Amino acid sequence: MKMKRKGKKAKKTNWILTIILMLGTVTVFFPLYMAIIIAFKQPSEMTNDVAGALAFPAKWSFDNFRQAMEVTDFWHSLGNSILITVITIVLAILIHSIAGYVIARGMAKKKSFRFAYLYIVSGMFVPFSILMMPLVKQTAQMGLGNRAGVILLYLVFYMPMNVLLYAGYMKNIPVALEEAADIDGASSWKTFWKIIFPMLMPMHATVAILTALGTWNDVMTPLVIMSGTGQNTLPLAQLNFQTQFGTNYNLAFASYILALIPILIFYIICQKQILDGVANGAVKG
Amino acid sequence: MKKKMTNRDKTFLAVLIPVLILFFAFNTLPMIKGVIYSFTNYRGYGSYDYVGFRNYLDLFTDARVGKSYLFTFKYALAGTILVNVFSLIMALGLNSRIRFKSALRGIYFVPNILGGLVIGYIFSFIFTYILPVVGNTFHIGFLQNSILASEKNAWIGVLIVGVWQAVAMNTIIYISGLQTVPKEVYEASMLDGASKWKEFWKVTFPLVMPFVTINLVLSTKNFLMVFDQIMSLTKGGPAQSTESISYLIYKNGMDGGQFGFQSANAVIFFLVIVAISVFQMTVMNKKEEQL
Repeated sequence: MKMKRKGKKAKKTNWILTIILMLGTVTVFFPLYMAIIIAFKQPSEMTNDVAGALAFPAKWSFDNFRQAMEVTDFWHSLGNSILITVITIVLAILIHSIAGYVIARGMAKKKSFRFAYLYIVSGMFVPFSILMMPLVKQTAQMGLGNRAGVILLYLVFYMPMNVLLYAGYMKNIPVALEEAADIDGASSWKTFWKIIFPMLMPMHATVAILTALGTWNDVMTPLVIMSGTGQNTLPLAQLNFQTQFGTNYNLAFASYILALIPILIFYIICQKQILDGVANGAVKG
Repeated sequence: MKKKMTNRDKTFLAVLIPVLILFFAFNTLPMIKGVIYSFTNYRGYGSYDYVGFRNYLDLFTDARVGKSYLFTFKYALAGTILVNVFSLIMALGLNSRIRFKSALRGIYFVPNILGGLVIGYIFSFIFTYILPVVGNTFHIGFLQNSILASEKNAWIGVLIVGVWQAVAMNTIIYISGLQTVPKEVYEASMLDGASKWKEFWKVTFPLVMPFVTINLVLSTKNFLMVFDQIMSLTKGGPAQSTESISYLIYKNGMDGGQFGFQSANAVIFFLVIVAISVFQMTVMNKKEEQL
């Protein structure tokens, strides 16, 4: 595609490519378009041809959405998803940043810190499958088979990536800064929160976004850890109420759309930060 | 001065030790427990005995486990190749002189922010009701019935959804890779009269090699651990033809009374992931150094 562009005209907009790429967005929009259309239809409109799924509904009614909200206990699940994601992000930023800082600075002088770094970062290769069954037992025994347990596990699962990111970013912050503060008599604890923590801002954004995308959409952890509590997250509700939707695809799709809307709104608002954050995370990681 | 340093050391240890304990308690400890369970005939409840390496020996003769490894490897290999080819092409396109650049980049990333489970349900409908109509209209044999219902083709359905989501992520990483290539490099190759094709393979590709490594390792790992899409698209069927390793461990380990046996499976799975990741990184690192 790109080969079309020739030497001297390089400054000009490549319209052919622009149009190809615009047409290509159909692959993104089609499934979403179809889901929205079905969500607004009545079961009687679902004929067996393609029009049944893709033509506009006879009447744009929010009945399916209202019903889906009731069936899946939408607000409750949404509340749980928000609660878990937000608390995870806040704690991840606070705990992982200071851990990354301490490890990065300690590594320069001590072998033990270097070892701690490798120990935590190597956790990235541990698949959830090997931890899953023992963790279910362990969290249940500790009374953590609930939302708090899920948050705690996320803090552990995302620690390798986040510590790697924060520790890597510390290379950009000169040690002289802390030494100056030390001479002024500030404690290391205070120095971190007053001076270093604000300087880690770009990394906080990256960590928040990567952690948020991972936890918001995660199914497996809440599925095995919270199964006894009757609590659902948004994705978990879709799984658990699948049988109640039966063959009523309109109701099911209304519920799927409801589950997708919060993250889509968040994405539309913070699109630039999210794309930067993801790219940033990959480059540093 | 010396006292200050010890204070700093104390603060550092006061942070590091709780963090290490937390990590140990919920990552290393369960892993050790998993290894211990893998030497037992524990069903997930009741009493159990140690059985030595029997679970491990049984793994290699268990047809269902073998099938899940075959499916997962086939899926991960095809997925990784497709995702990296598509993402690199997409990234080249989205990084060239086009209009609406940021809008297009934004749109193409959408599949990645949406959860695999719900996306799986939506695609399941497409595979079951839309594609067969297309197949019947244009007389494309294998599309005339839902591909998810076919033992031979169901994995392709899972693959399409996996690739659809992963391309979004890897494209962004390749774009940031392409942006690290200095403009002067292109200008130089243009002066040399290199064709675009040659320029890509001789100039661009070697320079984005580190990003190829990141993307290969990332996508292989993610594809190997596929779970959500299986859960919503096929539940491992038909006839266990799309049962991924993660799904099998979850299903038979949690509900199937094979806690000990599936723990052994998980241990082997972990070793396989580590081996593949290490292999990829060493091979790719060598390639990077040569340049």
